[in-house]
Amino acid sequence: MGNFYNKAMECATLYEMESLQSFRLSQTVRRVYEKVPFYRDRMIANGVSPDDIKSVNDLHKLPFVMKQDLRDTYPYGLFAAPLDEVVRLHASSGTTGKQIVVGYTRNDLGIWDECAARALTAAGGDKTDFMHVSYGYGLFTGGLGIHGGAERIGMTVIPVSTGNTARQINIIKDFGSTLICCTPSYAMFIAETMRDMGITKNDIKLKAGLFGAEPWTQEMRHTLEEMLGLKAYDIYGLTEIIGPGVAFECEEQTGMHICEDHFIPEIIDPDTGEVLPLGEQGELVFTCITKEAFPLLRYRTRDIAVLSRDKCSCGRTLIKMLKPKGRTDDMLIIRGVNVFPSQIETALLSVAGSQPFYHIEVDRVNNNDTLEIQVEVSEAMFSDTIKSMEDVEAAIRRAVESVIGISAKITMCEPKTLKRFEGKASHVTDKRKLLD
Amino acid sequence: MLIKQLSVFVENKKGRLSAITDILRQGGIDIRALSVADTKDFGILRLIVNDVQKAYAALKAGDCLVSLTDVIAVSIEDKPGGLADAMDLLSDAGISVEYMYAFISKSAGAASVILRVDDNQKAIDVLSSKFKILTQAEIAV
Repeated sequence: MGNFYNKAMECATLYEMESLQSFRLSQTVRRVYEKVPFYRDRMIANGVSPDDIKSVNDLHKLPFVMKQDLRDTYPYGLFAAPLDEVVRLHASSGTTGKQIVVGYTRNDLGIWDECAARALTAAGGDKTDFMHVSYGYGLFTGGLGIHGGAERIGMTVIPVSTGNTARQINIIKDFGSTLICCTPSYAMFIAETMRDMGITKNDIKLKAGLFGAEPWTQEMRHTLEEMLGLKAYDIYGLTEIIGPGVAFECEEQTGMHICEDHFIPEIIDPDTGEVLPLGEQGELVFTCITKEAFPLLRYRTRDIAVLSRDKCSCGRTLIKMLKPKGRTDDMLIIRGVNVFPSQIETALLSVAGSQPFYHIEVDRVNNNDTLEIQVEVSEAMFSDTIKSMEDVEAAIRRAVESVIGISAKITMCEPKTLKRFEGKASHVTDKRKLLD
Repeated sequence: MLIKQLSVFVENKKGRLSAITDILRQGGIDIRALSVADTKDFGILRLIVNDVQKAYAALKAGDCLVSLTDVIAVSIEDKPGGLADAMDLLSDAGISVEYMYAFISKSAGAASVILRVDDNQKAIDVLSSKFKILTQAEIAV
């Protein structure tokens, strides 16, 4: 069993946890009802009053909050604390529409630091560690979120942010970074650049990495662990809820423990909104029960996940979410079949010698959906005969087809010709959207 | 007496061959022989050069996907039936040729053939009874 940052909360009994959640939930609902016209109007329209919300079992009575609601109330319409109490703003990139803005009071930042500190502790970190933060700093929550957690623990924080990969690697080597956090795709780029610079995993001291902000696969985990010589942990968070640290992996790595004393999770059927029992896959919904400035109630994340209360060998009793397969809005419907980019990554990396550098292109030709997967050929895959190259191509095609159930055209590309990402990766071009 | 061939992965995209040959030009590499095998989407450029190490390093530095392949270079008299004699030897010995390409060598009256076969040692054994197998140094000149 590893260390805990806050054992009382991380290892509470279910009774203790639900009592605390019920208390915090009823207080938060009452507060936002009084302070935020949006919530009051919505609750009245749905015939719910704060008195109806006495325990976690009443949560389903509350209406959902959608991403569109955040845009409609932009910038400060959902803030539940006076703006002079707000000490920090963050914003989401707004790649899928207008950006959204969130705020934090000093207490909120304290909650966030603690959640990030729990994640870092679960990944084996303590005050002796050198925390290399390669998440972007700025309006994106990644950089400052992990930074706060690492400082709270008393680690030596190296706030590198993204970019200038060769310099990052020199810093990792010279400063003796022991922990790193960034997106998994940027970690891959760092690993690749390290190899080009002739620096091996034995030249650096990294022991663990916390990789998040985008879905990634077990196969990617193995690749990163092998190339960087570290243990790779998943970390989950979203700006709307707080940022990185909403959920995190422990050493067992069979799902991420949710800081449910702050954020109550639910899984719903995305079509009907009905709450699904533990173990069923559906859309993840969060309710913030401790935040002051931006406490979203029943926020639909569009992430597809499964919740589990199975006993964890790490000793934590915090509910676990199984790795999200992807977001409902990342899901592609190709020839009527639901396909997540992460499934394609899994298939691709199951082929010997392949690397997670790929791009997915969906198009419509003569009213038929086409799927093309561009894959960079690695040294291990390359040979001087056409026949063996065609065998590799066929192996990738079979692997993809067996996972997603539809055929794909595999295009083999030269190394370093597909785009690399410093922040969140974007692996898909859907040309059909341009046609509509 | 095998020699090293450079095999380079080339995407079927405008300008790729020009970019790769430019790398060799910048590196001052002399190409002795080459062939391109192509499919609809990609090709494999196979090169015999005067300085293998230098060419390999230059292509690597240019982010090309390049590997070294052991091939046989055999000198054949430049007359009708010269190549057929060599092929007979290989065929009789049950050796398969994956691919081959030829070039006229600088020494008068001889052609050189690059052979990629499934059993190098056996091929050298049977060919050397009648033909001269060239070394890397001989190719380099």
